[in-house]
Amino acid sequence: MQTAAAQGASAPLSDEAISARSATKSGRPILEIENLSVQFRSSHGLVRAVENVGYTVYPGEMVAIVGESGSGKSVSALTVMRLLAQTAEVTSGTVMFDGRDLLKLDNEEMRRIRGHHVSMIFQEPMTSLNPVLRIGLQIMEPLFIHLGMTEEAAKARAIELLTLVGITDPESRLEQYPHQLSGGMRQRVMIAIGLACDPKLLIADEPTTALDVTIQAQILELMKDLSRRLGIAVVIITHNLGIVARYADRVNVMYAARIVESGTAEDVFGNPRHPYARGLLSAVPRLDRGRAMRLQTIEGAPPNLLKPPEGCRFRPRCRFAIDKCVVSPPLVEVEQGHRAACHRSMELDKLEKLGADSHDAIGAAEITTSGPILQLQGVSKFFPIAGGFFKPAKLVRAVNKVTLDIAPGETLGLVGESGCGKSTLGRVVLRLDDPTDGKILFEGSDLANAGSDEMLAVRKKMQVIFQDPFSSLNPRMTVGDIIGEPMQVHKILPKDKIHDRVAELLSLVGLHGYMADRYPHQLSGGQRQRVGIARALSVNPKFIVCDEAVSALDVSIQGQVINLLEGLQQKLGLSYLFIAHDLAVVRHISHKVAVMYLGKIVEYAPADELFANPKHPYTQALLAAAPIPDPAIERTRPRRIITGELPSPLRPPPGCVFNPRCPIAVENCRKEIPELRNLAPMHWVACSEV
Amino acid sequence: MASTETASATVIEDIPRRPTILATLGAFSRENPLGACGGFIVIVMIVMAFFAPWLTSYDPTANDFGAMLAPPDGDHFLGTDQFGRDLLSRIIYGARTALLVGFVSSFVGCFLGLILGVTSAYFGGRFDLLFQRVMDVFMAFPLIILALAVVAIFGTGVQNVIIAITIPVIPRAARIVRASALAIREMPYVDAARANGFSHSRIIFRHMMPNVMAPFLIILTAQVGQAILIEASLSYLGLGVQEPIPAWGLMLRGGAQEYAESAPWVAIFPGLAITLAVFGFNLFGDALRDWLDPKMKT
Repeated sequence: MQTAAAQGASAPLSDEAISARSATKSGRPILEIENLSVQFRSSHGLVRAVENVGYTVYPGEMVAIVGESGSGKSVSALTVMRLLAQTAEVTSGTVMFDGRDLLKLDNEEMRRIRGHHVSMIFQEPMTSLNPVLRIGLQIMEPLFIHLGMTEEAAKARAIELLTLVGITDPESRLEQYPHQLSGGMRQRVMIAIGLACDPKLLIADEPTTALDVTIQAQILELMKDLSRRLGIAVVIITHNLGIVARYADRVNVMYAARIVESGTAEDVFGNPRHPYARGLLSAVPRLDRGRAMRLQTIEGAPPNLLKPPEGCRFRPRCRFAIDKCVVSPPLVEVEQGHRAACHRSMELDKLEKLGADSHDAIGAAEITTSGPILQLQGVSKFFPIAGGFFKPAKLVRAVNKVTLDIAPGETLGLVGESGCGKSTLGRVVLRLDDPTDGKILFEGSDLANAGSDEMLAVRKKMQVIFQDPFSSLNPRMTVGDIIGEPMQVHKILPKDKIHDRVAELLSLVGLHGYMADRYPHQLSGGQRQRVGIARALSVNPKFIVCDEAVSALDVSIQGQVINLLEGLQQKLGLSYLFIAHDLAVVRHISHKVAVMYLGKIVEYAPADELFANPKHPYTQALLAAAPIPDPAIERTRPRRIITGELPSPLRPPPGCVFNPRCPIAVENCRKEIPELRNLAPMHWVACSEV
Repeated sequence: MASTETASATVIEDIPRRPTILATLGAFSRENPLGACGGFIVIVMIVMAFFAPWLTSYDPTANDFGAMLAPPDGDHFLGTDQFGRDLLSRIIYGARTALLVGFVSSFVGCFLGLILGVTSAYFGGRFDLLFQRVMDVFMAFPLIILALAVVAIFGTGVQNVIIAITIPVIPRAARIVRASALAIREMPYVDAARANGFSHSRIIFRHMMPNVMAPFLIILTAQVGQAILIEASLSYLGLGVQEPIPAWGLMLRGGAQEYAESAPWVAIFPGLAITLAVFGFNLFGDALRDWLDPKMKT
């Protein structure tokens, strides 16, 4: 490791070279981290969460730290703020901020820097604001503390800040409490608080992970714009490669506590020099690619930091690993301003070509002509919200007259932002909730009014895979029991054969037979999700509802599960209703896509047609907001950021539900509700203006 | 860090081993020294109850009119009562009565409460509403009053005391269990079970009940102490266990009023036994709650 450290220390030269290229950067870095190591003491042993990490940040630039969960990306940033947990210990390194080593300051000096010169924005805007204080006070607090402003001056500044972050009517907002604001608004308030004292550095830890894609784009555009205009350096910590490609100037890729590659966004994305970075880039589904290819995923899972593999941390998962890799490769410069920690970084292009024929295309199992397996006709689900004594009861139209169909062996993608009713629709299809109205025809028979005996027969044919692999498995049952139980209850197999079938299913989803004796908490997230899939397959279903089935997983694991789902579809002829908010994933996996907004389907078309030729303004906005993990493409894409937020489903706007946010709305849109109409064969749009 | 906890799927990885019972006990007593004291008292009581005949040479019901109201000495370590019965052996045998009533009534009561609470939470809606109102009515009566009413109807005796204590325990257990079960009902694995067409009873017993075990155990230990106290109270009032069965409340009744000044040991030692027992169970229950609660969240 010492060698890597030495290399890290020699790096500023190259960074200087980059800064020379960019006119916006002044010569001196604002933040220089060198050779930083942090460890945690846990009851299981010592965890080295960050090892010999170093990076520099110049004023006015946006630097991204990318990595999967547990890679140490947040820890490295929290160290800058000195906000690490009690059990953490910095074992080596310096954090130079504006000429001072933050690790050597005493607590009082550090307190004066936090929130004044360095600010932090956290992931969860719901919990990082104090719910019992007015937001005005929360913005003014750092002004009183750090700048000693008077009440009036602080108030004026707070209004200025809220205007800066794009909040309308700032004066009255000051009097509001956090619960009165939406998630996106709260994150804007967090940014305003962060900017209050004119910081030189802003650290954003997954600032948009909890937000919807259109809101995410708004927030990131705002941050980027502020960083340029005010010359603030921004460190953004994220797992989303698209965000990095669109917004970051420079990128540091972290894997298992170490930086494995760093450089400009163009270099790292255009010419990755570490197998992990390459693997990640080919493992993410992309908006600009169809479903022709299987995703090339990285096998296995990130190592356990309690006992990491010797040498290169990526070695056990690396396709190109050689004997030499048992020695940790140093982070060396591979071209100007571009560093990678791999012994074979120069040979990767050649090696990749040799292995290129392993790309297997998705088979020709395209849309079949036989009748649909599932047909939804005008399905609605309304939830009554009980009124008070003087308040009348209200009705939330979670799903409003949805008509869709799915053919055997086909995947229908259902996309939309949170609260649009897509999950409710999934639950209604499964009859976990009863529909208010409409018909659910499964293989020709209507489930909407089916009795429990009829449903019991159908339940064997339709299954569900949930989002959260942690809570979708009963923690008190072994994996074998979880998978075997449906077979036992439905008497699909005699008891003595279930054990063998469980082992078969486990290997079908890429797990080992011996895992049947494990409990869910003994498995990783990806493995748990595979168990969930095996459980769904145990009754030999024909149709599976995948409710955000991959969105809780890390990037490299996500690709594996997507491939698994696609492989199973081919092998077993399954149909999927694939509910997701990630457009790229939906694009990759779906044959047909339906876009949902506030309970209604606004556009419905074959996947390729919809993504190539989106008609509805909401679909267009969604596509524009979703970043593509390729800076070269990102720089050429027009920025059309949709304004406003999802209205409350309790008070939907009159006429077309999208009209308050729609760029092409006309007077008529506020009066008439547009119905789905056929634009081209199989392309349906609910908009009167296209 | 959750997703890094296990290594690649291609190798047989180490699974985190379950700590041995001894190690768990050790960790428990280090974290909760008071709880360990409570646990110790509980264990002593259980030993007393099981091995009563070997722990004392006196028959707890044998009168010895030659040694009436004898003060504590070498023959009778804790002295004798007005009939000359050895107090130590009556206290040791009394532990049997206390534990029998305490454990049976709280086990049966909590278990019925568990089933009712989980069922009520699972079905929800009108059933839940109605059921909770019935429980409210039961809860409106103080425990002791309700037990008195039951004894007044069924009469006295160990068996009836158990019934009298079990009934008021049910709504208390049901309410606490229901609160946890409401959260469990929203878990995706319960949805998955419903989507698989499992029967209601299967979902309730196999998927929900094992997951509310932590609050169930806590209320169970807390109720044992309560039940012992109520049994003693009922016996003291003459409505519980009847002479000559050795029971602590009964011993107080005989001794406290008449001999408080002339032979205080007749009242002091059974009183101490009751205090210690309730104290022990409560400490243990509290520590168990602290111990299990953070684990429920992970």
